[in-house]
Amino acid sequence: MNAIETIEQAQMLERPDLRPGLTVRVHVKIREGEKERIQVFEGVIIAIKRGGPRGTFTVRKVSFGQGVERIFPLHSPSIAKIEIGRAARVRRAKLYFLRKLRGRAARLREKRRPMAQ
Amino acid sequence: MVTGILGRKIGMTQLFSEDGAVTPATVIKAGPCVVVQRKTVERDGYDAVQLGLVEDRPARANKPTAGHYKKASVPPTRVRREVPLAEGGDAPVEGDQVVASLFTDGEQVDVIGLSRGKGFQGVMKRHGFSGGRATHGSMFHRAPGSIGQSSWPSRVIKGMKGPGRMGGDRVTVQNLRVMRVDAEQHVLVVKGAVPGAPGGLVMVRKAVAGKAAPSEDK
Repeated sequence: MNAIETIEQAQMLERPDLRPGLTVRVHVKIREGEKERIQVFEGVIIAIKRGGPRGTFTVRKVSFGQGVERIFPLHSPSIAKIEIGRAARVRRAKLYFLRKLRGRAARLREKRRPMAQ
Repeated sequence: MVTGILGRKIGMTQLFSEDGAVTPATVIKAGPCVVVQRKTVERDGYDAVQLGLVEDRPARANKPTAGHYKKASVPPTRVRREVPLAEGGDAPVEGDQVVASLFTDGEQVDVIGLSRGKGFQGVMKRHGFSGGRATHGSMFHRAPGSIGQSSWPSRVIKGMKGPGRMGGDRVTVQNLRVMRVDAEQHVLVVKGAVPGAPGGLVMVRKAVAGKAAPSEDK
């Protein structure tokens, strides 16, 4: 193992196996001055970028009719927890088509047999 | 005290801080080095050490070079560079080892390396000229434009910026923060980018114009 891998390996955190189409609740640590609190961002994973400790995932939700997307570094220490909810049956790796759909059209069919977790 | 060390750039990665901020970092295999020759004021007119970078691949030395290393009773190395000395610390002796523990976390260093060769490049890439309009029939895209006056002086003044070979120069990057030191594995991690390609020779030295580490709360 070379030096870069050693350094990167040490930074990787325990994370659940994420898939596009999963509905997740991401618990984000937020610092306000001295205080630290947890904020939850709930939405559908529409993209995953691999790359070891540099990997990211994109979560999309619709908040008051406005689509909101947030890109999280998978191994960021500011993510306290990732809760996994419903798994949707999806046929592609990037669900960018959801951006153009609104309301009922933007629903995803649930996976019949949920993935082993 | 020796003020620098030789090494090879391994590559770049990123480090997370505790609050989740991401910092770009370069990993350098720094040393181990040996002192091949000691330069003294009495004999050479200045104080320095000649370091050799100890690597896995053995060096091929001809007889004069082998003799040079024999004086310090160290095996020949492929690379030798001179590093100045600073006041304080133990005076280095020929044959001494120099390792990455020379540096501490948070310290500032200068990194010297040979930049990647870019070949023959035009003025836009090489000197940052702005070039011309791309569309609307400008007929002037990446050319340098006028390079001088007319019948007087009838020549191009010296030092005019033009196209030519770019890269492959010795580049010094000053005041990079040391993020991690692993003297056992001979690994040094510095913040930001370092000249040259992975595998390229770099010299890491204590910053000549460095400032102390910033306090935790900025």
